[in-house]
Amino acid sequence: MEKIMTENQQEKISHMEYMEGMEQIDSDILEKVMEARAGYQPERYTGQEVKHALAAERRTPEDFAAFLSPAAEEFLEEMAEKAAEETEKHFGSSVYLFTPLYISNYCENHCVYCGFNCRNQIHRMRLNQEEIEKEMAAIAGTGLEEILILTGESRAKSDVHYIGEACKIAGKYFKMVGLEVYPMNSEDYRYLQECGADYVTVFQETYDSDKYETLHPAGHKRVFPYRFHAQERALLGGMRGVAFGALLGLSDFRKDAFATGLHAYYIQRKYPYAEISFSCPRLRPVTSLSGTEEHRFAAPWNTGTEVSERQLLQIMCAYRLFLPFAGMTISTRERAEFRNHVAGKTATKISAGVSTGIGSHSDEVTEQGDSQFEIADNRNVPEVVTAMKDMGLQPVMNDYVYV
Amino acid sequence: MKDDKLILGGQEFQSRFILGSGKYNVELIQAAVEQAGAEIITLAVRRANSSGEGNILDYIPEGVTLLPNTSGARTAEEAVRIAHLSRELGCGNFVKVEIIRDTRYLLPDNTETVKATEQLTKEGFVVLPYMYPDLNTARDLQQAGAAAVMPLASPIGSNKGLETRAFIQILIDEIDLPVIVDAGIGRPSQACEVMEMGAAAVMANTAIATAGNIPRMAAAFRKAIEAGRDAYLSGLGRVRQSGGESSSPLTGFLRD
Repeated sequence: MEKIMTENQQEKISHMEYMEGMEQIDSDILEKVMEARAGYQPERYTGQEVKHALAAERRTPEDFAAFLSPAAEEFLEEMAEKAAEETEKHFGSSVYLFTPLYISNYCENHCVYCGFNCRNQIHRMRLNQEEIEKEMAAIAGTGLEEILILTGESRAKSDVHYIGEACKIAGKYFKMVGLEVYPMNSEDYRYLQECGADYVTVFQETYDSDKYETLHPAGHKRVFPYRFHAQERALLGGMRGVAFGALLGLSDFRKDAFATGLHAYYIQRKYPYAEISFSCPRLRPVTSLSGTEEHRFAAPWNTGTEVSERQLLQIMCAYRLFLPFAGMTISTRERAEFRNHVAGKTATKISAGVSTGIGSHSDEVTEQGDSQFEIADNRNVPEVVTAMKDMGLQPVMNDYVYV
Repeated sequence: MKDDKLILGGQEFQSRFILGSGKYNVELIQAAVEQAGAEIITLAVRRANSSGEGNILDYIPEGVTLLPNTSGARTAEEAVRIAHLSRELGCGNFVKVEIIRDTRYLLPDNTETVKATEQLTKEGFVVLPYMYPDLNTARDLQQAGAAAVMPLASPIGSNKGLETRAFIQILIDEIDLPVIVDAGIGRPSQACEVMEMGAAAVMANTAIATAGNIPRMAAAFRKAIEAGRDAYLSGLGRVRQSGGESSSPLTGFLRD
């Protein structure tokens, strides 16, 4: 068990060094991704290179780099058309529905951009097992069969066994259970897989190691390589699938998207059986940071790296064209119309009936914890189902069988 | 041609067109089955257990034989467990063994497929294994009790057609089991060609699911498969490797 350190002690630790108890694995993927990211100069690509990448039948990391470049922006419509073709080829008209369930918002990290930052004065809460069951029963009552369990990153307040018990309860109500919790060792992932979880999402936030250090001044999350290797440890622990994502806007989004795609690419090559997927979150205003509405958007870490909707679509198309078989989730950080249009075109999975607060799904859970970020799409499950059908898509609640 | 039946696991089928059910908007499945004239439809067990929105089983017409597949399995052990689940779900005794350890190309693992086939045939399943077209594996599958072999024409969902033509022909020539060409067939003309080669049946999914007009494409496949079968049974005219041939042969003037 790691000892809890004071912030001053933690600040002295290099963000590239492992803390006690953190498992190290034999992998060169971090070095490969970081080297490629460092060498990626998006502005050097030309329209001709984008056209070549569009025409290619098998697309290389170099083609992916071209798709993410400023030069590709004028080819966005063609990229979207090709991406839609690839999505249909690999996923047909299916679009998968799920919802996230936040079971705890306690956090030990200081991530300056996050509503769960342990310094933020928000209402902290952790659901007990009875409350988790009530929440899950309420969600299952909407017809959903897949759930993504989330916690803030606190090993002390939501330890592995607490999460494992939540997975076991989820198994009673859902056919697919995913996790988006703090990175852990492979033996922890194995335990959670035995409890019923089968896929793991870890956002690297930014692959810009220097920026990462400034954004994560303290806490376990500060250790960049431990977070980076989480997907690999999850697969070593027996998880079937892993998801990748950068929080677009924290740093140069083109470079971060490039690194995210390469990270997934190298994992897929090393573990060809792994089901890989992407999430594509943009930085959104957070709850309970000081100041007015303007302040919340004009936060100090936002220095000209904001991502427009057009650019977000460009990134999603680039992911799809580079790794056409990968799943892709579009979150409720985006508005309904955007989500409708990317579902089935680039995205293959959409959340519905989302609340990022703690204890907000069931009327029987009376106390509620604050949410991590504001959502832009409040539609319930039937509304999302109807919207997907109107787009000619087949809403799929489950495409999974535990074996 | 009325007596020309496809026999799988002792069951007779008039149609030689097996329709896949993945990738569809479920409302279109019924129309596709009807236009395809399909008597067998494949179904991923992982989709069959859906009790929520759009349960695929509700859209498959009665009288159609379900061919559940073990899609999602990465090992023989997992495939066997999925097959058990499919039987418990009431999907019958047929099972298409599909074991894939590669998410990029979705190529089957022949070694694990043989293992699963051995196990499931012992348990009384009618096993139709999806395989890479390799003669030795096909022989092993036959030995293991498979009811047919299902070699791929090209990677699943690719619509690339008969990339493995020469190897499928070897299976047709050498294996005493129905050879059902599965995966990669993208056009009715390609379906027709494999039937002309002597394949027992063709399975298609993506080619139809991603067509502009799904029921019409299903009908086009039905006709192509019937035409190819007729051509095969008729015995194709032979092909000269080079040059032409006069209809009045050069030796026609000789006496005796």
